[in-house]
Amino acid sequence: MLDEPLRQSGGYIGQSVPRREDRNLLLGKGQFVADIQLPGMLHVAFARSPLAHATIGTVDVDSALAINGVHFAASGSDVCAELPPINGMQVVTPQGWRDRVDTDILIPDQPLVPEDRVRYVGEAYAMVAADSRYIAEDALEQIEVEFEPLPPLPDAESALKDDAVLVHEQLGRNVAALLHTRKGDGADAMESCPHRLSRRFVHHRYAAMPMETRGVVAEYDGRTDTLTVWSSTQVVHWVRREISTALEMPEERIRCVAPDVGGGFGGKGHVYPEDILVAWLAKKLRRPIKWVEDRHEHILNAAHSRDNIYDVEIGFDDRGKIHVVTSSFIVDSGAYTPVGAGIAGNSIAHMLGPYDIPHYETDCKVVLTNRTPNAPYRGAGRPEVGFAMERAVDIVANHLDLDPAVVRFRNMIPPEAMPYDVGLTYRDGVPMVYDSGDYPEALRRALDALGGLEVIRKRQKDAWANGKYLGLGLGCYVEGTGVGPFEGATIKIDSTGKIMVATGACPQGQGHETVFAQFAADMWHVPIEDVYVTVADTADITLGYGTIASRSTVTASGAIKIASDKIQEKALTIAANMLEVGEADLEMRDAGVGVVGIPDMHVTWREIACAAKPGWDNQRPIGVDAGLEATSYYEPPTVTWAYAANAALVWIDTDTGKLEIEKYVEVHDAGVLVNPGLADGQVKGGLVQGLGGALLEELAYDEQGQLLTGSFADYLMPTASDVPPIEVLHMETPSPLNVFGVKGLGEGGAIAPPVVIANAVCDALRPFKAELNSTPVRWQDIAAITENADRQQNMRADQEA
Amino acid sequence: MVTVNGEQISGSAEPRTLLTDFLRDELRLTGTHVGCEHGVCGACTVIIDGFATRSCLMFAVQADGSEIQTIEGLASAEGEMHPLQKLFAKHRALQCGFCTPGMLMTAIDLVQSSKKLSEEDIRIGMSAALCRCTGYEGIVNAVSEYAEQLQDEEASNVG
Repeated sequence: MLDEPLRQSGGYIGQSVPRREDRNLLLGKGQFVADIQLPGMLHVAFARSPLAHATIGTVDVDSALAINGVHFAASGSDVCAELPPINGMQVVTPQGWRDRVDTDILIPDQPLVPEDRVRYVGEAYAMVAADSRYIAEDALEQIEVEFEPLPPLPDAESALKDDAVLVHEQLGRNVAALLHTRKGDGADAMESCPHRLSRRFVHHRYAAMPMETRGVVAEYDGRTDTLTVWSSTQVVHWVRREISTALEMPEERIRCVAPDVGGGFGGKGHVYPEDILVAWLAKKLRRPIKWVEDRHEHILNAAHSRDNIYDVEIGFDDRGKIHVVTSSFIVDSGAYTPVGAGIAGNSIAHMLGPYDIPHYETDCKVVLTNRTPNAPYRGAGRPEVGFAMERAVDIVANHLDLDPAVVRFRNMIPPEAMPYDVGLTYRDGVPMVYDSGDYPEALRRALDALGGLEVIRKRQKDAWANGKYLGLGLGCYVEGTGVGPFEGATIKIDSTGKIMVATGACPQGQGHETVFAQFAADMWHVPIEDVYVTVADTADITLGYGTIASRSTVTASGAIKIASDKIQEKALTIAANMLEVGEADLEMRDAGVGVVGIPDMHVTWREIACAAKPGWDNQRPIGVDAGLEATSYYEPPTVTWAYAANAALVWIDTDTGKLEIEKYVEVHDAGVLVNPGLADGQVKGGLVQGLGGALLEELAYDEQGQLLTGSFADYLMPTASDVPPIEVLHMETPSPLNVFGVKGLGEGGAIAPPVVIANAVCDALRPFKAELNSTPVRWQDIAAITENADRQQNMRADQEA
Repeated sequence: MVTVNGEQISGSAEPRTLLTDFLRDELRLTGTHVGCEHGVCGACTVIIDGFATRSCLMFAVQADGSEIQTIEGLASAEGEMHPLQKLFAKHRALQCGFCTPGMLMTAIDLVQSSKKLSEEDIRIGMSAALCRCTGYEGIVNAVSEYAEQLQDEEASNVG
C-alpha cells in the first residue's frame, strides 16, 4: 500500500496531451506489417480446410511447386517433421489460483499445420511461398488433397453428447477445462430463499475484428544467426518465446517487433502458428518471408470470442435482495483454446459484479468443438457473464414488480464497505478485494444523465399510453484490470540528457507512447519532448508481457517508476558530488537536480549523465557505478478494480421490431485518468464494439460447422451511421494499489452494451411480459414477441366472441 | 500512364494486379491500406478523377489515364498537414490509424461534393469507411468542423 497518488500540479499526468503517434499515421507514413518490403522477399499463402472436421489423406504439393515463381510448398507432414506444436498453455495460471479453484485442465497443443486431421473450417493443411502473393494463391489451387470427412461438432452442446466424436482423441474427452468455485454456502443457500428463478442465457460468437488483419514478416541473418520478426501482435515477447522454443534458438538471437498495429482488442493477444511458420521459413530458405492475412482468412482463422451458454439460478427475498447465485456455463472454445481457461476464469471471478451477494457457486466447462479457436476479445468473459447476471437482476426486479434500478441499489456494495473482500480468488491467485469505488453513485449519475429515474418512468408510461414503447436498459459491472504477472521498463539517460523509455507494452492504437511519456516527464521533471518512448520491440527490453487485459497503463507505469527511482537515487548521489552538498539538500527540478532554495545551484540531467559516464575525468563519487540506466520489472500486488454503470433509453417499433437507441450513457471509473481525452476514446470505442456485438455482428455456423458469415457483407461491423448518441462520464476514484492511483480501462466499454440493449428491449416490452435472454438482439425476435402477443390477443378476442 | 499526387507516372502492371497493390507494391505508396479486399471497409479509398474510389475493387490497368490522389498527396510538399488531418488529430479521430487514410480520402470527397452537411449527412457519408477503434465520434466532429471551415471560406469569398 502506498501513499497519496503521485500527481503533481502542473504535471502532465491528468492532461489530455495530444498524441505523438498521430502525425505519421495521418500522413500515411505509419508502418504496418503489410508495408514492409525487403529485397528478395517471398510471399506465403496457406491452403485452408473447407471442412469443419476431416481426416487428411495425401497432400500433393508437386503441381504447386511446378509453377513458375513458386519456391516452396509443404504439407502438414512436412511441417510436423520439423516443428513441434504450440504449447496449449500460452498463459500459465499461478498455483494460488489452482489451489483455490477446482480445476481439471487438459489443453490440447496446436500443430502449426496439422498432418492428420483438420478441426475447423479455415485451419491450414498446406503452405506455399512464391515471388508474389498472386502466384502463391495460384499455387494453392494446384495442391491436391484427400479429406475423409468426420462427423462435425458444430457447437458445444453437440460436443458434450455421450456419443460425440472426439476433436482431440488423445484427450479422451471434448472438455478442455472443468472449473468450479464456491463462496459462502454455495448452492446450498438456495433452499432458504423465499424466491428462486432459473434461466438460460446465451451469448453468441463474435470477434475482435481489427481493421488491420494479422501479418508476419521475418528475416534471417545467417552471418550473425539472428532472426528479426515483425508481427502484428499484442505480445512480442510471447512471440519471441514461442519461436525460440520451436526453432531451438536462444531468445536473445531473435528480435520481435510489432510496428504500427492496426487494432488488436485481444484478437492479436496470443501466438498463432503463422508467427512461428514465417520465422521458420525465413531461416530455412534464407530469404525474407511475408504473410499477410486477407479478410476472409482473418474471419475464418483469427480467434473468435464469446459463445457461451449460462444456466443461472438466483435466490432472493421480497425486497429483491439477492442471497445466492449459481451458474453452470459452457464456453465453446472451438478446436483449440490458445489462452487456456482464461476466459472462463474471468467469468467466474466477475459474476457477482458490484453486488454484495453472500453465497455463490459456479461450474464451467470449456468445450472443444469444430469451430474456430476462441480466445479473449475485449472484455474476455466479462460481457458473457455480465449478460447472464445483469439480465437475471432485471428478471428478479420484474418478478417482484420492482424497478431494476432499485434492485441494483439494494444489492450494491456501498462505498463505505471499500475495500471489499469478495470471498473469491482472482486468476492471479490473490484473494479478490475490490480496491476502491462508489458503485451506487455511478448508477445514480448514469440515470441522471438520462433525465433521472422518475422522469424516465413517466416518459415510459406516457409512451405506453400512446401505443409506443420506450425502455430503460441498465448494466453494471466491475472489472479486474492491470493484471500481472509483470511488466518491464528500461530507462536510460543518454549523454544528451534525454530520457529514453522502453517497455514491454505493445500498443495497437491506445497511445502508449504519449501516455508513458507523460508518466516519465513527470517523474523526471522534464518537458515531455525530452522523453523518447519505444514500445513493442524485444531488442529494447529483455522481458516483457504485452498489451492485453487492460493492463499496460497500470503495469508499465509501475515499471517506469521503479526503474526511474533506481536511477534517480544514483543521479542524486552524483549530483551531490558535483554540487558539493549533501543529498538531503537536493530536489529534482527543471530537467535536473538542484539545491533546495538556491535557484542557481542546479545541474541538468545532461550534466549528470556526462558525469556518470565511465572513463577518465568522470565526476562519480568513489564506489558509484558508471552509467545512468536501469531495467526494472513491476509485479503488481493484484488487480485494480475499474467499474461502470451503463444506462440506455431505447425505443421499439413493435410493428417492425426496429430498435432505436435514444441515448446511451456509461459512467466509468478507472481511477486517476492519465490522459482523459485518450481514456474517453478507449471507453467510447469499446462501447461501439459492444453495440456491434449486441446488434450487428455474428459469427454464425451451420450444422456442418461451416461459417456462414465469412465476409464484411455478412459480418456486419458498426458504421458511423449505426452509432447512437453516446455520453461517457468519468469518475476518478484512485486505486490505493499503485502510486499513480491508476486502473486499467481498455476493455470496459465493450462489456455492458449487449445486456443493456437486451434489458432495454425487455423493459420497453414489459406490457408483453417478454424476455430476451440471448444475443444478438435481432429485430426478428423483437417483432416475434409483439406478434405472439397480438396473436394471443386475437385468439382471446375470438374465444370471447 | 497515371497521374499520382500530381506526378505523371508510367509503369506496367499485369492485367490482374489490383490498383491497391500497384500503388502499394510498385509505387511504394503504402499509406493506402488494405482492410478487406472486397470493397466494404474503405481503408483502400483513394480519390480518382475527383471521386473517392475503392482501389481494391479496381485493376491497376483500369486507372490508365486517370488522376489519382492518395493520402501521401494530402499534406503539402513541405509536410504541412492538410486542415482535415489537423482536425483529425484535434478531435482524436484516430487510434490505431489503420483506417485513417481511407477515412480522410472519404471525407475529402464527401465535404467537397456537398454544399451543406448535417451531422446525419456526415454519418451516412462516412459510413462508407469502417473504423474499429474510435466509435466514430471524433471522425464525425472533425469532418463537421472541416465542412464548416470550408463554408466559412466560401462565404467570405462571396462576401
